Amino acid sequence: MPLSTQSQREDEQYVLIANLDNARNLSNILKAITCKDHAIFTATANGLKVTAEDCKCMQANAFIQADIFQEFTLKEDSVVFQINLTVLLDCLNIFGGSSVGGSTALRMCYRGYGHPLTLFLEEGGVVTVCKINTHEPEEPIDFEFSSSNVTNKVILQSESLKEAFSELDMTSEVLQITMSPNQPYFRLSTFGNSGNAHYDYSKDSDMMELFQCNKTQTNRYKMSLLKPSTKALAISCKVSVRTDSRGVLSLQYLVRNDDGQICFVEYFCCPDEEVEEE
Amino acid sequence: MQCVVTGGNVKVLGKALHSLSRIGDELYVEPQEDGLALRSVNSSRSAYACFLFAPLFFSRYSIPSGLNFRCKMAIKSVLTVFRSLATLEKTVEKCHISLDEQKDRLTFTLHCKHGLLKTHNLSYQDSESLEAVFDKDNCANVFRAQPRVLVDTVVHFTTSLEEVTVTVSDERMWVRNHVEDDAERSKAMLTELCLAADEFDHFAVKSHNSITFCLKEFRGLLLFAESTGLPVSMYLDEPGSPVVLSVTDSVLEGNFVLATLSDDHSLHKSNRGADAEQLQPPDDFMNDDMDAYLIAMDTSVAPGPSTADPPTSSLATSRKPPAPNYRTRTYSEEEENGEEDPGRPPDKKFRSLFFGSVLPPSPQMSTQPVTTQEVLASDSEDETEAE
Repeated sequence: MPLSTQSQREDEQYVLIANLDNARNLSNILKAITCKDHAIFTATANGLKVTAEDCKCMQANAFIQADIFQEFTLKEDSVVFQINLTVLLDCLNIFGGSSVGGSTALRMCYRGYGHPLTLFLEEGGVVTVCKINTHEPEEPIDFEFSSSNVTNKVILQSESLKEAFSELDMTSEVLQITMSPNQPYFRLSTFGNSGNAHYDYSKDSDMMELFQCNKTQTNRYKMSLLKPSTKALAISCKVSVRTDSRGVLSLQYLVRNDDGQICFVEYFCCPDEEVEEE
Repeated sequence: MQCVVTGGNVKVLGKALHSLSRIGDELYVEPQEDGLALRSVNSSRSAYACFLFAPLFFSRYSIPSGLNFRCKMAIKSVLTVFRSLATLEKTVEKCHISLDEQKDRLTFTLHCKHGLLKTHNLSYQDSESLEAVFDKDNCANVFRAQPRVLVDTVVHFTTSLEEVTVTVSDERMWVRNHVEDDAERSKAMLTELCLAADEFDHFAVKSHNSITFCLKEFRGLLLFAESTGLPVSMYLDEPGSPVVLSVTDSVLEGNFVLATLSDDHSLHKSNRGADAEQLQPPDDFMNDDMDAYLIAMDTSVAPGPSTADPPTSSLATSRKPPAPNYRTRTYSEEEENGEEDPGRPPDKKFRSLFFGSVLPPSPQMSTQPVTTQEVLASDSEDETEAE
């Protein structure tokens, strides 16, 4: 492989080396969290976490475990940098997005603080080297969302939720989510120019894999913040929707990549305002 | 008011709404004793459409007696309920329509598979009554055709085309694009199609008329007819009188009423392919002032088709191909050819299209016989060779 002709000496300088035979396993999942230009990369022994935020009240995270990579070498406990996600995606797709020409192999290398992220991309014997500047990472928001504080949780098959999200009335400023142990169980509502719309999922629906709702909760979230989550929904097979006592929303998407491996995308969103039962 | 639509009828309702959206921006809803009427009109009031769904269309149709209710709403909002017709077909089991007069809301509830319930509460406004006055029974010319015939006809016109002119004679219907003024005529591409009476399920002509109307709205009706497979009836009268297009079956009736250009307007502009006032054999295009712009696909020059007798009688006996035959100037030749050489491709091809801008516009834009003109469409023998 052309990429392995890197000299051993050079390799020792990198604090992070990650190899992927199929760059799409990374690019597809990164596309699902693109909402702003930049993203924070955090590499730990577990793997790679990429974080994008919007307006300080929405956060999207993509988790690519270490075992997804063909090689994942980390010389420090954790390596964090900020990078322009749009540029990174352009580089990952430099050979074109189609799968016709075969897959693009990726070798991602980082020398540490102040250095650019170096990407070696190879397809059909052609190698491209990209160096993307890194920046001082901003502190990502900690939503303090803990499993112990979860009031309501459902797990749905993405298929049915995709339909609802594609039909959402975009003239509505908010998306209201109601979760309840009673009717309507799980409801998505919009309030647009022509009237309001409700999408109700019954707890007995065969699309509902898990239904654990203890308390009736209705929360509104800004549509503009949640709309990007449709991208993650589109590539996922299952989604878990959880709200905590503060009404903070956690959406977790189970994504299967080209090789059938599992990755996760997670969205956090703060509620717009507290709304009592309608 | 409570109506319930089930199964395949949900998609039919959705299709009707999509068709109505091609007419105007607002949907007028009026539940009547004889069914639910959905209407639309365009801003210039030159196109009107109405779909009446009989009570039998619904699995439940109950309106309070003496209900005198009419409303209108933005058609876009109703379309959001029926946006994806494919999804409607696959997942919607039942559609419930109910009226909440207290809150001024019309509610559409879609019961879908997998326990999903979609509820749309749409606000409406009270409206005046909307009904066009038209009389199908007294129209001079009545036609009925399978939607495929008409769809295949309009597909040859660009989507940007505003108006078409339909001319009818005893045995033929010509459809051509309408070009506004003479100056543009020399630059425009002119397309004309001819449909024979045998392509129609019903073809009754009492007066040879030529009318011009808007294509966009016509396509709106065809959208509905094609997906439901219902034959389209056309009621044509004289220029200026509206043309009515209908689709009916036992549980629904759709009528599109389109205004046509009035007589004095069209006299200056239109080219009568087979105007009853001219004395000419019905099949002969030679007197069409579009002649000035003819170019045959092949360039051989031969004695023109005017010498051939129009084989009107052979129409009835000609084989009927499944696709419509677009016969143009060389109709008679193709017809003969078809009989002689079964190896040839089917008649559906343009032997000559009317191209503009090659020959200078003739100074006399009249419908005089142009016997001095070079004949551009050759007869059958030459064409075979040229092929």
